[in-house]
Amino acid sequence: MKRARVAYAGAIHDATEHSSGLQLADGRVLPEDAVIWLPPFDVGTVIALGLNYADHAKELSKELTLTAKDEPLAFLKSASALIGHRGQTRRPADVKFMHYECELAAVIGRSAKNVKQADAMAHVAGYCVANDYAIRDYLENYYRPNLRVKNRDTCTVLGPWLVDAADVPHPHDLALRTWVNGKLKQQGNTRDMISDIPVLIEYLSAFMTLSAGDVILTGTPDGVVNVNVGDEVVTEIDGIGRLVNTIVGDAAFGR
Amino acid sequence: MIFMLEQSMAHPQGAPLATEDSVAHWEALATSANGTPAFLPPTRGTVYGTLLNHRDALAALGDQVHAAPYKAPPQAPILYIKPRNTVVGHRVPVVMPRDATEVEIGATLGIVFGRTASRVSGVSGVSEAQALACVAGYTVVNDISVPHASVYRPSMRFKCHDGFCPMGPAIVARALVPNPDALDITVAIDGHTVHRSNTAGLVRPVARLIADVTEFMTLFPGDVLTVGVAVGAPRARAGQTVTITIHGVGQLETTLVAGVHR
Repeated sequence: MKRARVAYAGAIHDATEHSSGLQLADGRVLPEDAVIWLPPFDVGTVIALGLNYADHAKELSKELTLTAKDEPLAFLKSASALIGHRGQTRRPADVKFMHYECELAAVIGRSAKNVKQADAMAHVAGYCVANDYAIRDYLENYYRPNLRVKNRDTCTVLGPWLVDAADVPHPHDLALRTWVNGKLKQQGNTRDMISDIPVLIEYLSAFMTLSAGDVILTGTPDGVVNVNVGDEVVTEIDGIGRLVNTIVGDAAFGR
Repeated sequence: MIFMLEQSMAHPQGAPLATEDSVAHWEALATSANGTPAFLPPTRGTVYGTLLNHRDALAALGDQVHAAPYKAPPQAPILYIKPRNTVVGHRVPVVMPRDATEVEIGATLGIVFGRTASRVSGVSGVSEAQALACVAGYTVVNDISVPHASVYRPSMRFKCHDGFCPMGPAIVARALVPNPDALDITVAIDGHTVHRSNTAGLVRPVARLIADVTEFMTLFPGDVLTVGVAVGAPRARAGQTVTITIHGVGQLETTLVAGVHR
């Protein structure tokens, strides 16, 4: 099952995929563009992975000052940064390098503490596509990546659907793609993750209790490029979804 | 949601909801001699910590800020998140992580938001001082860490163990804390004062911090933003009781207990 959360006709609704678009829980069937898409579930703690694909780690290697890597490079974001499918993300006028990151998001469905890899996947409720923008101009070398780079309003897109784990038999063999204005810019496969989902759940749950609604953004492969105002950015993962986002400028925010 | 507060709000364990009462009422309950009741956190919003916002903490880095890996002094506020698994209330025991014999006690003031705070200094000429209009009140936060020397890219393990963000006992209304930028903070371990600081030493005082953070990130009612930890944060071990007192805001007590290693 593919599940969404949308705003329509004055209320927020749970919805599921339908051959004509989507169907609200109350029965109404609507085309995709008739609703406002929200992040597809009530999001708790957001954990993101840096440099979790070998090729992307190499791509960014010139700015890395640490090379030894003895544990996953995980960091936190807050749900305040999230927007849904077909949303708008702001690109400040003063920046030179703002890039998308297409990522598989693993959503926790059962609380997890001290869970071993062998049991980890039983704690995953499902998956979404995430597009986790970064603005590298704002990078500072304290508590990297600092929240001004990675936790900006509108800069984490999640959706369109939460796809039940039961419908994703091979989460570690999914092709990822990012298209900017229809041109293919990023390609990868979740099989190339350095720390896969069971490893991440074992690592995190060794010190923190994961709860239903927490989400792990599992990192992005090689191929991130700058995006500009007006660009349409589509991040896509086979079997999970196709997440559309538009870059808007300061004017839309009265800046 | 708008979260308004005239007195003080707390949530003793066993009560169905957090409620508002006088500061004296909660103080009496929170300091009862037999150590009960414990309290739940007075708010459930997102907790953001601020790094190097005490002038002495920044000064302690000295010339290191110009050297690798930092390369330059911090410009914008440097923030981190204390996730929901870390947040516990007054008098709730905190289990020591298995990989640390001591933890660092980060005594700090928590700003609790009552109204949505977005670009508070950037829209239609709203002044920085009006940032305070978004604040419901203040609380005491114990931002616990596994001691770590580098603040370049610390592991999540250092700050995100379950229970690593005791908070409370109560939120005290903004109107009852006339100057959040001149509050004495003391840390006592087993009754002996081991550390003193004052919020007068902030690089970004409360209103400025809110203005600069909300330039890029919206804070919502119930969210907490800490003003940061002063230099020389003390350390504590299993079996010890840590009491953080912020004059006029509250006294937060946390006992550290040994973990069950498996």
